[in-house]
Amino acid sequence: MTATDAATTSQNSPDISPRPEPAATPALSIDGVSHSYGIRRALIDINFAVAPASFTALLGLNGAGKSTLFSLVTRLFGIQTGRIGIFGHDIGQAPGEALRLLGVVFQPRTLDLDLSVTQNLLYHAALHGISRRDARLRSEEVLARIGLADRAGSKVRDLSGGQMRRLEIARALLHRPRLLLLDEATVGLDVKARADILSHVRQLVTEQGIGVLWATHLFDEISLSDDLVVLHQGRVLAHGEVSRVIAETGAPDVNAAFARLTAAAPSGSPAS
Amino acid sequence: MSSTTIKPARSGFSLAEYLTCLNGIVWREALRFLHQRERFVSALVRPLVWLFIFAAGFRQVLGISIIPPYETYILYEVYIAPGLMAMIQLFNGMQSSLSMVYDREMGNMRTLLVSPLPRGYLLFCKLLAGTAVSLLQVYAFLLIAWFWDIAPPPIGYLTVLPALILSGLMLGALGMLISSGIKQLENFAGVMNFVIFPMFFASSALYPLWRVQEGSPMLYHVCLFNPFTHAVELTRFALYGQINWISLAVVGSCTAAFMIGAIYAYDPSRGLVRRGPGGAEA
Repeated sequence: MTATDAATTSQNSPDISPRPEPAATPALSIDGVSHSYGIRRALIDINFAVAPASFTALLGLNGAGKSTLFSLVTRLFGIQTGRIGIFGHDIGQAPGEALRLLGVVFQPRTLDLDLSVTQNLLYHAALHGISRRDARLRSEEVLARIGLADRAGSKVRDLSGGQMRRLEIARALLHRPRLLLLDEATVGLDVKARADILSHVRQLVTEQGIGVLWATHLFDEISLSDDLVVLHQGRVLAHGEVSRVIAETGAPDVNAAFARLTAAAPSGSPAS
Repeated sequence: MSSTTIKPARSGFSLAEYLTCLNGIVWREALRFLHQRERFVSALVRPLVWLFIFAAGFRQVLGISIIPPYETYILYEVYIAPGLMAMIQLFNGMQSSLSMVYDREMGNMRTLLVSPLPRGYLLFCKLLAGTAVSLLQVYAFLLIAWFWDIAPPPIGYLTVLPALILSGLMLGALGMLISSGIKQLENFAGVMNFVIFPMFFASSALYPLWRVQEGSPMLYHVCLFNPFTHAVELTRFALYGQINWISLAVVGSCTAAFMIGAIYAYDPSRGLVRRGPGGAEA
């Protein structure tokens, strides 16, 4: 499937509901964030916001700075410059309140392979202070939703790559966050597993009103109605609805738009 | 058009949430320990080899005079038992440290660190969990040692518990602090050579300090400044229902210092370790 096909298909797809009115407080706001590793600048003055109940694709090649940005939003790294807010809670000043509203799926697998599916979920629930009884109920609920109820007692290492990813998404939703970050969540999966996961996440936006920031370098994962942030060599090159970004670049599709934007970007960035 | 109602995040956490988190971390650590049976076996075999072979061989060479807390002449095996208990905790603390480095490399550590509860508290829970695991190992060792005629007063099994908790926390915190500075799993072998062996051998675990002083006054002072010596002495006295106040003060202070250092090192904004984009994070 080409990027254009994917975008057209998604645009005509009935499961994409109209975007809700922008709420006063964005799900995620990134204001003037820069980050360096020593003298190497990984992010340079990043500014964008993710609205509640919206799907925002963070598009960038490997090394663009996506994972660094995720590490800052999740407070794995300290913020050097700028401010990051989650529903208005500053991640630096009020990390507890901010992280409570955040669910994350990291690029590398973060499941405990030697524990069972349910044990992984219960551990995550405990880390959010959810009582064991509540956690069991929620685990059963999410496992049923992702079609893994029959694998509840299985060791995670016995699951397929796609099942592990679905489990990670389910785990990220266990504490009922309002913002979900997914960093290259479909890397290494087959076409069907990728489509299933993407469809599942889009449903979360439309049915549960969760704001999603989806980091990817795959054009066919982006639809015309999504918000798009193009990150390249640590800089945001474009931000807005996909169709608008395409129109502004005069390109026929996202793929071409990205190529034009990155070709025009200043070269020799220290982030490269 | 749909609208989104955002429930405001509560500020702070209830006591129940803190306890649930602690329970979850201890439970996970216990599960992992039970899944790694060879870890349990090797944790027991190591001190037992020292007890059954080393101590038997050295019994005739190293005479032990009457020194507190002992009120009579004792067998060498009896003398080194507290040192071996502390050795179990030392290895367990370093094993926890190794597991933290592994978790960081594999990405599991992120699950812990993105919890909304305060990071210092999460690390403390992790420390308590590791200490709980070490207690299981120590009491299993004591049970086997009992059949080898190492039988402290019955009350000693109870009075030694607080000492074991404190020394377990100290050695676990040290392991945690070390883990923050290790970037790759391969570098962990250095910990064996530069931390575990010097700490163990330059202590009162295997020979009383007066013996060390006779042999080398300089080594005697090294042993005195070694926190592991005080973990051993705290355990030794507690096993006989007594308190060694100096050791208690040293172990308590070192626990606090190592813990503060570990929390500082794992703080995202102040961490000692500068992490790169492709490297292990946090």
